[in-house]
Amino acid sequence: MSRENLVIAGRTFSSRLIIGTGKYRNHDEMRRAHDASGAEMVTVAVRRVPLDRSSESFLDYLNPSLQILPNTAACFTAEDAIRTARLAREALQTDLVKLEVIGDQTTLFPDNEQTLEAARVLVKEGFVVLPYFSDDLIMAKKLLDAGCAAIMPLAAPIGSGLGVQNPANLRIMREQLPDATIIVDAGVGTASDAAIAMELGADGVLMNTAIAEAQDPAMMATAMKLAIESGRLAYLAGRMRKRLYASASSPLEGAISA
Amino acid sequence: MRVYINGESREVQGNPSLADLITQLDLPAARIAVELNREVVRRSDWGATMLHDDDRIEVVHFVGGGFVTLYESDNI
Repeated sequence: MSRENLVIAGRTFSSRLIIGTGKYRNHDEMRRAHDASGAEMVTVAVRRVPLDRSSESFLDYLNPSLQILPNTAACFTAEDAIRTARLAREALQTDLVKLEVIGDQTTLFPDNEQTLEAARVLVKEGFVVLPYFSDDLIMAKKLLDAGCAAIMPLAAPIGSGLGVQNPANLRIMREQLPDATIIVDAGVGTASDAAIAMELGADGVLMNTAIAEAQDPAMMATAMKLAIESGRLAYLAGRMRKRLYASASSPLEGAISA
Repeated sequence: MRVYINGESREVQGNPSLADLITQLDLPAARIAVELNREVVRRSDWGATMLHDDDRIEVVHFVGGGFVTLYESDNI
């Protein structure tokens, strides 16, 4: 595991933060948040071109230095996700894909079974697959066995901002899969959530709503950048053991007493 | 002849290729991708791909979205 860089299928990123491009109030606000975040990779969604009006390319609003990570958001079957990934590859000439197969509209929880099926097909077709999935160790192993370049467990429902609801499962995943690239995807609400994800050993965090829906997205993006760096350092530094009772920091011996 | 583009039925004149259709619709050719009857057609093959009655064509582009499904930023 690299201390400084996030490596995904041979691509090196100095930032461990990956951010989205949705929900911003306008394109300028998005651009400022992207710049402040230090992120080097952003996700975009694939949709039908509107036929009844001219549409400019959304991609023109992105900083051209950013790596674009197309996602299969809003796909509910493996087949739709596979088709979407193929279209994205054709349009962008990138093998990277954030695979997302949703199982339920209310929770937006992933359909792990369909996700695995799609991952197997896409890996065979040469895609670098980054799957969003539930925080399940066994599914993580299957996705890695299928050849996924990194795995992206959720921390809480998409867009909920609830923070890391599954620290035990994420920690187990880290311990059991020491060589896997684990990127926590979904659930972060504020900077401390991102720090917690990193302290649990995640290699990176992907977020969108926590930045886009902040009152000041650029400021929150800066906060996220610092939190990710901070959490990463704390993880590498190795935290102290928790104790139930106090342990004095100053020597007790030699204190004056009556 | 009638084809379906992004789910909409459209009458097209003559015997167009996929490239002709993209031009007719005045779609921005950069950074879009096209599927014909569920198979991606590479940009270099658009000119040689002739359309037929009842063909189903999907033309996609990119919009803002992290993992917020169904969110369409092109309405901003």
